[in-house]
Amino acid sequence: MTTQPDIASSEATDVTNPAAPDAGAPDGAAAAAEPAPADGLAVDAYPAGPDTVERATATPAELQPYPELGLRDDEYERIRQVLGRRPTQSELAMYSIMWSEHCSYKSSKVHLRQFGEKAPPSDRMLAGIGENAGVIQVSDTLAVTFKVESHNHPSFVEPYQGAATGVGGIVRDILAMGARPVAVMDALRFGAADHSDTARVLPGVVAGVGGYGNCLGLPNIGGEVVFDPCYQGNPLVNALSIGVLPVDRLQNKAAAGAGNVVVLMGAKTGRDGIGGVSVLASATFDDGSEQRRPSVQVGDPFTEKLLIESSLELYDAGLVVGIQDLGGAGLTCALTETAAAAGTGMQVWLERVPLREPSMEPHEILASESQERMLLIVEPEKLDAVLATAEKWGVLATPIGEVTPAGADGEPGRLVITWRGHTVVDVPPGSLADDGPVYARPMREPADLILLQADRAETLPRPATPEELRETLLRMVASPNLCDKTWVTEQYDRYVLGNTVLAQPEDAGVIRIDEESGLGVALSLDGNGRYARLDPYNGARLALAESYRNVAVTGAQPVAVTNCLNFGSPEDPAVMWQFAEAVRGLADGCAELGIPVTGGNVSFYNQTGAAAIHPTPVVGVLGIVDDVARRVPIGFPTPTTQDGDLIFLLGETRLELSGSEWAWVTHEHLGGVPPRVDLVREQVLARVIADAARAGHVSAAHDLSDGGLAQTLVESCLRRGVGAQITVPEEFATGSMPFVYLFSESAGRAIVVVPRDREDAFGEICAQHELPATLIGVTDAISGALEVRDQFTIGLDELRTAFTATLPRLFGPAVNDPAEDAGASARAGVPVAASASAQTAPPEAPPSDGGAAETPGAPAADNG
Amino acid sequence: MTARVGVVTFPGSLDDGDAARAVRLAGGEAVRLWHNDPDLRGVDAVVLPGGFSYGDYLRCGAIARFAPAMESIVAAARDGLPVLGICNGFQILCEAHLLPGALTRNQHLHFRNRDQLLRIESVDTAFTNSFTSGQEVLIPVKNGEGCYVADERTLDELEATGRVVARYVGGNPNGSQRDIAAITNEAGNVVGIMPHPEHAVEALTGPSLDGLGFFTSILKHLAGAPA
Repeated sequence: MTTQPDIASSEATDVTNPAAPDAGAPDGAAAAAEPAPADGLAVDAYPAGPDTVERATATPAELQPYPELGLRDDEYERIRQVLGRRPTQSELAMYSIMWSEHCSYKSSKVHLRQFGEKAPPSDRMLAGIGENAGVIQVSDTLAVTFKVESHNHPSFVEPYQGAATGVGGIVRDILAMGARPVAVMDALRFGAADHSDTARVLPGVVAGVGGYGNCLGLPNIGGEVVFDPCYQGNPLVNALSIGVLPVDRLQNKAAAGAGNVVVLMGAKTGRDGIGGVSVLASATFDDGSEQRRPSVQVGDPFTEKLLIESSLELYDAGLVVGIQDLGGAGLTCALTETAAAAGTGMQVWLERVPLREPSMEPHEILASESQERMLLIVEPEKLDAVLATAEKWGVLATPIGEVTPAGADGEPGRLVITWRGHTVVDVPPGSLADDGPVYARPMREPADLILLQADRAETLPRPATPEELRETLLRMVASPNLCDKTWVTEQYDRYVLGNTVLAQPEDAGVIRIDEESGLGVALSLDGNGRYARLDPYNGARLALAESYRNVAVTGAQPVAVTNCLNFGSPEDPAVMWQFAEAVRGLADGCAELGIPVTGGNVSFYNQTGAAAIHPTPVVGVLGIVDDVARRVPIGFPTPTTQDGDLIFLLGETRLELSGSEWAWVTHEHLGGVPPRVDLVREQVLARVIADAARAGHVSAAHDLSDGGLAQTLVESCLRRGVGAQITVPEEFATGSMPFVYLFSESAGRAIVVVPRDREDAFGEICAQHELPATLIGVTDAISGALEVRDQFTIGLDELRTAFTATLPRLFGPAVNDPAEDAGASARAGVPVAASASAQTAPPEAPPSDGGAAETPGAPAADNG
Repeated sequence: MTARVGVVTFPGSLDDGDAARAVRLAGGEAVRLWHNDPDLRGVDAVVLPGGFSYGDYLRCGAIARFAPAMESIVAAARDGLPVLGICNGFQILCEAHLLPGALTRNQHLHFRNRDQLLRIESVDTAFTNSFTSGQEVLIPVKNGEGCYVADERTLDELEATGRVVARYVGGNPNGSQRDIAAITNEAGNVVGIMPHPEHAVEALTGPSLDGLGFFTSILKHLAGAPA
């Protein structure tokens, strides 16, 4: 994580915060506050061409616009020391990119080390932090790689392309590890649902995520859609991809082997994306600033699809020595990281890079963030085969350089870049890739935290009558964060590749990765900014716990973690404290659960003016499913007996309402401390569900999180149109306690459905693990209602209407669609497998695990 | 001898693997064909799979139509080769003038993926002879440009000659005229369908098993076809 290039690149340049990333740092503040320098400060155009090493050596006193590029005085001095002269224009551009916050992780590095230091030993991890993505072995022959990354700021500026290229970027990371990408997920956060700018941002982001992923042929299997005013000026677009590879196809990025050829494959290089890291934000590089394209990159998923197919063909034929995707920092990052990883040098002829715009200058070519490009290291005798493969797929592939030996004295080699005969770059690659600045920034607990924590939601007035409770439930299921998200998810292809076993709105996405054995993986992506605002340490642990639980309730065994840490400005000590606490919490949590962090991404500067977003660590957990036919869905199945199947609540319910969805929706309240987190309990819960699923004792399971038990019951009922009769336990029977039972957000809980003839066997497993299991009711296919005894009965149709109407009302109903409201219930009511007629029955009986897939169909919210 | 069903891969094809799997599950042998190769390798039928051939950048299916493999397929189709175009394949068939009309942007302008009820209107084609007339089936639909349009005369003719193969039931997902989801040519050997029967062939991964009928129909058709 500490060395990788990062899509967050464009994010360091907060568009809403024109100051350069380090503008607030003590010794950079004065310089950055200056207006852009007059032309006189610029490097004069060199009569015979670009600023060369020769010229830099000859003109040591030349003034350079480093503060405008985000470099501090001491950082600039260090560059001069490293080079023994002033940097050339191209070199300065490269250092400013690679030493920027997003590439160097200079503010976060000192904290992120904990992920490695506290990581439990894992013999599954084949590649971890620092690689393009972590790789986890899942069988003797197969491994999976997965990672989540942010594309927040670009998505605010240009929602469609910002979100689309966010998907494209993370997919290339997965591809670079040698894997075939097999699915994507997206965790999205927007401002208030009814804010007019949300109506601009959300549809574009959703269309962009869908447009890119659909066109790549990758199923979208889950994620989150969250609304909160704190994200109004800073929406969060976190994209995850997962890929599968044979263990022996693992690739690395090292540019090993002097004499090997450096090949650039994929799209032509253009001016798009330049400025993402404020390299050219200065007017001093050239006068043609009006020619510069917007700093948001433009995606071309078709080219990426061809890049995927050609890369996989190259891997399988053993034609590449090393490979690296071009992400946020473009060629600069790919060249320096591949060379630094091998300790070799590299000679690059920059004029060989295919350009969309022939007038591009060296520093522009090096800084371009044009999408859909990969850098390959190829042995000379295999070059023709590589070029032929690229040509077969209609992808450009161009030799642009050569790997050169390390120094005779054992010193790493140098990266030398020439352009039309001029040497414009001559640097030690490690000084860019690995030896960037590292800061221990000041931290301070937010001044308002004590008061905030004292203002507990447990003291708010609570519904105490059946009527109030009924009304509260209907209001909650219709609220933006809890309501049905079909409006979003039906814009995503969840079927392509034919291996999607579970997808949204299930608790986790489950993908089959081996058709023979049924081996699969489960993935969930979760975060809760409100909890983290109240307590970043435990907020991070709660996000981890929820993601872990979501994976576990499908019957999977959680094995690894990725994370996307979305925060405000690291120059604000209060934000830095939140960040440090969240990282500490996540690292401790992973150590407790015994699962390692394999990689991730940091996104700072999610801040408009002085107002930072809630600290929002988003955590992805990967699980292994031995046989996907045993996966456990969330929906109540048609009962096995007339009296219904049994519904158990696992775990304990406490009076925990602070930070809850209820407090926010009904009181606009945020205060107190978030629910207690007990990771040992989460482990026990996971083990019980896995054991019970393997033995076939549970036919459905659904975790409890935002919105509590009430929300979970509603989703499980509506998924397949099966109702339930629930009885609140005696100790929760009076006053406002039924409300507490239904809406408390205590962690470590899930409901499971157990057929009556499995009750004893299931009870034994719970007893054996000392997991509290409370029989709270039965499923009911006849009533068509959710009944809470002595409280209320709500028909499923009424529930569904409340649940599904919100997003279409906010973002526009789909036209020409009679099914949009009335039909929704008809659709959900269709017993999904029942329409398979005898005549179309397959030659072989389908897996007899309870019928149809759970991927499609009846809407339900993704609060998983 | 099992039926050999070709599945063409264009640059940007996405559901080619799924179509091949569906052929296998139906009991046929899937033969992968390459867009740039005119050799159809002696297949008994062809599936043009879903996806975004050539990025769909000019107009869906407009470039794929000119692929060398397509030239062979168009000629063979005129001689009776069964050809099923799914989604992007349907668009290609229209562009290649093997089927009338065109597929345009969904009326609501969104890509939409949902489980869709269809009514089988014609069981006289090479791909629907396993169904009963009027049978309702549940098949995923997923497209951004699936709105079927044609002039009134063409639509009337399709209706009059029984060439509307399937219609959307319980809601039209994309605004197609007369709820048309699938059509066939005059001879009944070329079918274009917007929804994805290849995604409804396994209980574990699809909403139903109804999609298999489209592929078992091929085998039934070939078994009954004169040698």
